[in-house]
Amino acid sequence: MNLPVIIKFVIDLLAVLLLALGIKGLSKVKSARDANRLAAFAMSLSVVGLLSYYLGTSGIAIQSWIWIIIGSILGSLFGAILAKKVPMTSMPETVALFNGCGGMSSLLVALGVAIFPISGGQENFDFFKSLINEVSISVSIFVGAITFTGSIVAMAKLQGWLSTPGWTQSKVRHFVNIVFAVASLIAFFDLINGNTSSIWLLVIVSSLLGIGVTLPIGGADMPVVISLLNSYSGIAAASAGFVVDSQLLIVAGAMVGAAGLILTQVMCKGMNRSLVSVLFGGSLSAQSTASPGSGEYTNITSCSVEECALTLEAANKVIIVPGYGLAVAQAQHTLREVTKKLEQNGIEVVYAIHPVAGRMPGHMNVLLAEADVPYEQLKEMDVVNPDFPATDVVLVLGANDVVNPQAKNDSSSPLYGMPVLDVQEARTVFVIKRGMSAGYSGIKNDLFDLPNTSMVFGDAKKVLNDLIGELKDLGVGEK
Amino acid sequence: MSFISLLWVLLLGSLLGLELIGKVPPTLHTPLMSGANAISGITMLAALTLIVKAEGNVPLLIIGSVSLGFALFNVVGGFFVTDRMLAMFSRKPSNKK
Repeated sequence: MNLPVIIKFVIDLLAVLLLALGIKGLSKVKSARDANRLAAFAMSLSVVGLLSYYLGTSGIAIQSWIWIIIGSILGSLFGAILAKKVPMTSMPETVALFNGCGGMSSLLVALGVAIFPISGGQENFDFFKSLINEVSISVSIFVGAITFTGSIVAMAKLQGWLSTPGWTQSKVRHFVNIVFAVASLIAFFDLINGNTSSIWLLVIVSSLLGIGVTLPIGGADMPVVISLLNSYSGIAAASAGFVVDSQLLIVAGAMVGAAGLILTQVMCKGMNRSLVSVLFGGSLSAQSTASPGSGEYTNITSCSVEECALTLEAANKVIIVPGYGLAVAQAQHTLREVTKKLEQNGIEVVYAIHPVAGRMPGHMNVLLAEADVPYEQLKEMDVVNPDFPATDVVLVLGANDVVNPQAKNDSSSPLYGMPVLDVQEARTVFVIKRGMSAGYSGIKNDLFDLPNTSMVFGDAKKVLNDLIGELKDLGVGEK
Repeated sequence: MSFISLLWVLLLGSLLGLELIGKVPPTLHTPLMSGANAISGITMLAALTLIVKAEGNVPLLIIGSVSLGFALFNVVGGFFVTDRMLAMFSRKPSNKK
């Protein structure tokens, strides 16, 4: 072994160690930020390691440097700009976009190697070795293409650029996807057999499969899909590692792939959905329209902001249930002002966070942290649920399905069995909502019919602003 | 490196990934996902290898460069956006009165 090889070996080892420590640290609140920086450092270290290895052995041509610099400047620049500009509410689609680009990168590497075999690797032809090469190229293309198109569809659906076409909810889609899957298998084996031209068939068909699999999935299940696609991009990176013979790529890709699977599992549990039903069940709303019978609302009480303020003033303990609607209205900051006033009056305020509040698990925590809500006031569902009977007022803001008592009482409901917040146990519940439209699942919410529930209709931000005014008039928070 | 030892690397890497994330508080699900996502951009190393070994083959250089761009978009964007999210959490303790 000569010096460049040893140096690269040591750097790679160090990079793997730091990446592992980074992922580990990201799962604890205290260490998360440093861990993220550590992982970023490990990644740059690995680049330095690779470049110094080539400088020390074969050398790097000027032409290569030019293309390296062009690619890295453009990629980093756009990545950094998007990361700085994107609002926190659009985090899920941003992660989906980044993820898709990672998949695209693996796809391109495999394509490049397949079309122009890298010199040096092929001098002594070895059947076994070339077989492995072809298998890893095919896997890279297959997984990379699915990751790319799947992520882009997920992003487009979350952005609202793409709705769920009707035909995708019928059984036809299973047939279509099976056709795509079989076609990609045929292309796969054809490619391994040495028929290089079928590479384009593989690219096209696996791209279509990525679209066909993601398109029927409803918005509520999208977080699970993104997390799964994130796991795929790890697999794509690992198989690209086989293509270019890099242990570091394989380890890092495998770690991300496995960690992504675990995270997907955790999210499924939080939503009480099995992975199988997410992937093959279609969207929840389509199921419920197929079996109506939840009925109409019969006993809606609506009230004014003024009444709401009066009740809040008299309360001792208030629980806020924030949902995605709050984030859409950009009302987190206004909400924070309301709760500050209440706290100044000695009222205990707590935020109840459902595991899937927002559009991704943990999304709501980020959004509230952005509005300076103290971390200690955020309570997880299991912790806060026993507190509801001793609570005077619950404010539901932009949340719907996660406070639907059907999930506990009605075994025929599609929501049945989903963990929910027991807000109906509180003395008074205010639901701030634009109108009577259904939530993500499209299912009627029994909570709205209960006698202790009052609806305050209006845009979340406007209602909260009015609430601040009313509370001011009542002299709340002006001690 | 032989194929078999690469398979061992794959296996041990996967086991490591499964072990690393045991209990994650829900607060961190989103940052963890975007952080792990940034790491999956490690394919940038494969893209770099492609460019270095292209030996003046212009189409291959272009493919490699575009691939590198996509990967770095993933890596740089992913780490930045994760840092932005986590910065909001770490601001909390200093805010306590």
